[in-house]
Amino acid sequence: MTIPTDLDRRFRASAASSGLLAASYDIIESELGPLFAAVTDRGLARISFDPEPEVELDRLASLAGPRVMRAPRALDETRRELDDYFAGRRTAFDLELDLRGLPDFTLRVLEHLAHVPYGQTSTYRDLAGQAGNPRASRAVGMVMNRNPLPIVLPCHRIVGSSGSLVGYGGGLERKEKLLRLEGAML
Amino acid sequence: MMMTAVASIPPFETFYADHSAEVLGLLRRRLGRDRADDAFQETFLRALRAYDRLRHGEYLRAWVLTIATRVAIDTHRRAGEPTDELPDLPHRDGVPAYEELAFLTDELPPKERAAVVLRYGYDLDYEQIASALESSEDAARQAASAGVRRLRRRLT
Repeated sequence: MTIPTDLDRRFRASAASSGLLAASYDIIESELGPLFAAVTDRGLARISFDPEPEVELDRLASLAGPRVMRAPRALDETRRELDDYFAGRRTAFDLELDLRGLPDFTLRVLEHLAHVPYGQTSTYRDLAGQAGNPRASRAVGMVMNRNPLPIVLPCHRIVGSSGSLVGYGGGLERKEKLLRLEGAML
Repeated sequence: MMMTAVASIPPFETFYADHSAEVLGLLRRRLGRDRADDAFQETFLRALRAYDRLRHGEYLRAWVLTIATRVAIDTHRRAGEPTDELPDLPHRDGVPAYEELAFLTDELPPKERAAVVLRYGYDLDYEQIASALESSEDAARQAASAGVRRLRRRLT
């Protein structure tokens, strides 16, 4: 027996509005395929191109505690901003971010990454320099690869010094698509 | 450091996915379809509220069925219906555990009977039994041991 959709939806909505969930997630449809997205009471905590929640659930539970549930309503604002972004109506996100648990260097790099403007690119080397170590471009590459909030923290805007795309956690095709969307690539 | 493997607490989503159908089934049997929906909300909200106070992931099924039973009893009580009955916890194979123990426990006073069945039929701990019976842990422990003493006297 499965429970009726209405009842299930109603409980997930009450759970979201009860304030009892440590983290809520949903699968958001996008131009790049389904995205796993999760929020905590501090803000957006995770976007993943892999919509299989199991690994993400365990990760969220270890971050925020076991009260983790799929609760679409809690993701309304995130969904709206992502929809607007993919529709070309939005060039910057107004979401609070939950980046707890990340190492200092990662946080510094992500902080500078957040300031690379829509429609422009920067390089791994520049970002490494801004984070205080111009020779750490490889480390910056790792940070990009493990970016917990792709799209919102625009690691797709970081390319090699020669202008090559280099790599992307979600696959180069997605990186290219995002840069095209932003008009940063012809 | 603990050396024994204790089931860790799964994300609430997993817990809900594993037990929601069974909880709804229990509530429908106890309350009918109409009232079961509200009781379902109440059961899982109570579980969610208590969820990060759990110390391990054992007996989650018995735990949530106990909460559901409690909610059903509350619903009956609010409607002025009789509630002096043993929690109706279905067993995995469909035979309620209290039926397996019925031949032993039938003549015990209700509270002792509930405590004995929940302790030995369902393997709940006293904290869970206390919450099922809305009493303290001590009272649950006393009820169970009084029940066992009474059974022993009867059997010897």
